Amino acid sequence: MRCRQVIDKISDYLDGELDPELVRELERHLEHCEDCRVVVDTTHKTVEIFYHTEPAALPEDVRGRLNQMFTQKFHKEEPR
Amino acid sequence: MPTHLDNEQSLVAAAQAGDSDAFVALLNHYSRHIYRLGVSITGNHHDAEDVLQEASLKAYTALAEFRGNSRFYTWLVRIAVNVALGKLRKRALWKESSLDEPRESEDGSYIPLEIESWGANPEEACLKSDLQQVLSEVIQKLDPKSRTIFTLRDVEKFSIEETAQLLSLSIPVVKTRLLRSRLKLREELTKYFGKGARNAMPTSHR
Repeated sequence: MRCRQVIDKISDYLDGELDPELVRELERHLEHCEDCRVVVDTTHKTVEIFYHTEPAALPEDVRGRLNQMFTQKFHKEEPR
Repeated sequence: MPTHLDNEQSLVAAAQAGDSDAFVALLNHYSRHIYRLGVSITGNHHDAEDVLQEASLKAYTALAEFRGNSRFYTWLVRIAVNVALGKLRKRALWKESSLDEPRESEDGSYIPLEIESWGANPEEACLKSDLQQVLSEVIQKLDPKSRTIFTLRDVEKFSIEETAQLLSLSIPVVKTRLLRSRLKLREELTKYFGKGARNAMPTSHR
């Protein structure tokens, strides 16, 4: 396998969707190619870092306006 | 993807029966995820707030139509994605976003430029709030379609199939965009976390 093919298969490799034979070929390539090893490793870290980052709390003013919108809506509907 | 609320089914049933507190409880559990999704897709906080408000209202109005075939969250995301994409279409950003990459070889493959291993663990290298800032900044370097795909798959943790379904795109399109997005974001993050990092802090903190 050549470097370019490794790059094309990184996503499938990281998602565990690569055919086992191709996984072996790709990993053989990584054993002797430092550049691809770095690219695969840092791509893996990139995916992981997004995957594990929780969203920040909703900004207070945004939450306030959302609640206000529903309070008004529920209030209007109450007589029903 | 946010954790499943333990009492989600009963909250949904109560909300469908007209219990507004139950609906608010559901919404409060998911609102920050919907807001983050809105920021990622539309690229700004103002539109993200519109997305959150409009999607919440639509969900409330259409609650009777939710049949429980999927998670409530997936249903809510579908509504929010449609609202957000509507905004992109209005700004003509959805259709026009192409896969143009300045550094593609003739056969269309992506050529990585930043080949540099990362130093410290990124989570340790900067404060949590700074990391969130970095991530939300770099994601905006993707075109709208790519960042929507990336956000659904790698941030909100939907499968490739679910992402394709949510966006009415084919699986190969989703996969190609996802690969390019991951590689592009890898390069952007290498600027922060590479051993010779040039931007240790997000722009707003420099």
